[in-house]
Amino acid sequence: MARIEDLTLPHRLFMKAYRYRLVDWRPGALLSKPISESKFALITTAALHLPEQPAFDLDIGGGDCSFRELPVDVELKQLKIAHRSSDFDQTGAQEDCNLVFPRDRFRELISRGKVAALNHRHFSFMGSITEPERLISETAPAVAELLRQDQVDAVCLLPV
Amino acid sequence: MCNQSVGLIASVIEKAGIPTVGLTLLREVTEKVRPPRTLFVPFPFGYPLGEPNQPDLQHRVIAASLKLLKTPGTLPRLEEFAVGNRK
Repeated sequence: MARIEDLTLPHRLFMKAYRYRLVDWRPGALLSKPISESKFALITTAALHLPEQPAFDLDIGGGDCSFRELPVDVELKQLKIAHRSSDFDQTGAQEDCNLVFPRDRFRELISRGKVAALNHRHFSFMGSITEPERLISETAPAVAELLRQDQVDAVCLLPV
Repeated sequence: MCNQSVGLIASVIEKAGIPTVGLTLLREVTEKVRPPRTLFVPFPFGYPLGEPNQPDLQHRVIAASLKLLKTPGTLPRLEEFAVGNRK
C-alpha cells in the first residue's frame, strides 16, 4: 500500500501543509447506457509520451500541466516515461505499460463484450503538479472538449 | 501529487458532462479533492493496477472501478478495492 508516511521527509512535510484544490463538478454526469455499450478513453498521469513528442518539462515550477495524445494503436513498448517524481517507481510500468495505461486490458474487455469500444486517442499528463491552476482552467478542459468531440461515453483515470 | 491531479482532471471532465472513474493510491488525498467516483487501491506508488504482467489482477481492479460508473447512490463515492480480490 502507498502511504504518505513512505514519502521522503520533504515531500511528507509539503503534503501536510498543502492546500488541496477542488473543482465543483456537481451534480455529476450519468452514464446513460450499459458499460458494454460504452466507448471509453483512458487518462494516465504517468507522463507517458511518444518518442517523437516532446518530453514533459521537469523544470517548470509547480509542474508541467500539458498533456500528450496517445493513439489507441500505439506500440506500448515505444512509450517513454518523463516523470519527475522520485516517489514513482517506474520499474513496473517499464516492464508492463498496462500497469499504468491498460490499453491491452480494455482491448480484452472489448473482445469479451464487456466494453463497446476504446476511443481512437487517450491522454497522458505528468501528475506531479503542485500548482494546478493551469490544469484546472486550461489543459484538463481542453482534454474534456476533445473527449466530448470524440463522443466518449466514460473515462477511466490512473495515477502513479 | 498524481492523486490530486487525477481527481482534478476527473472533476473537470465530469463537469463537462462525461462520467469518470479514477483510481487512487492515497485515500487521504482523494478525500480532500473529492472527485466523483474513485476506487482506492492498496498498491505502491507507480502500481495502480497492482502488478506488471498480471492481467487477471489488472482486470479485477478495472472491473471494480468500472462497476462504480453504474453504482447508484450519492456522489462523491470513494470505495476500496477489496484485499481479498488481490489474488
